[in-house]
Amino acid sequence: MSNFSVGFRSSGHIQILDLKGELDAHTASELEAAIQKCQGNNQVHILINGSSLMYISSAGLGVFMAYIEEIRENGGDIKIAALQPKVYNVFDLLGFPMLFDIVDSEDDALGKFESSNA
Amino acid sequence: MAVDTHTLTIPSSTSFLEEVREFVTSHATQAGFSEGAVEQMKMAVDEACTNVIEHSYEGKGGQPIDICVSSYPDKLVVVIRDKGLKFDRAAYKEPDLLQFAKSKKAGGFGVHIMRKLMDSVEYKNTGGFNECCMTKFRS
Repeated sequence: MSNFSVGFRSSGHIQILDLKGELDAHTASELEAAIQKCQGNNQVHILINGSSLMYISSAGLGVFMAYIEEIRENGGDIKIAALQPKVYNVFDLLGFPMLFDIVDSEDDALGKFESSNA
Repeated sequence: MAVDTHTLTIPSSTSFLEEVREFVTSHATQAGFSEGAVEQMKMAVDEACTNVIEHSYEGKGGQPIDICVSSYPDKLVVVIRDKGLKFDRAAYKEPDLLQFAKSKKAGGFGVHIMRKLMDSVEYKNTGGFNECCMTKFRS
């Protein structure tokens, strides 16, 4: 039984993905499928809400890495919000704040999409 | 001399990673490490086991992986043992984040993370087994 799930919501044309549980090499394919679903629906403005994400390993981080360039090439972005401190530490360990907008709250991320005329 | 040693054997499938994390969390906590240090060790062992599954056993299921946690007065040592392909140190390169994003690759950070989180990470090949030995000292 997988201890990970992705919930889909939207705010205007921003697609919000609510990540819940533990994201590892076993569950990373579920996040990948969720991002592919967004792409399939031409939704390239993706907001990751990590408030219920309790763990992430490099396999989970790798999914963001694998899609970010393609999404940006298509005029979109992946912004990451509301991470638990211990999960943020993992993003930080690999230098992700250099490459991604990682913000404190979902509202901050929505504001960033708005200010970039997304 | 080890104060306390516990071993878990799992088949080479990512579906057992959660069990590995619980095993490490439980014994590192019992050994008196801080929550932050336990988180680091849990993640390092997850990365090591993921590497064994994906690279050493090349994704082939049902192969044994032993995870042995030993608590000493000054440190915790975790040994991950498998019978798969040897880890090629010469082929390993430190990942560059920007290059990874451009190449759209999804992996390659495991060893980098293990080295950042643990005080030492050593690989050996003895008697047909690969051993990854990771140490965390008590601060």
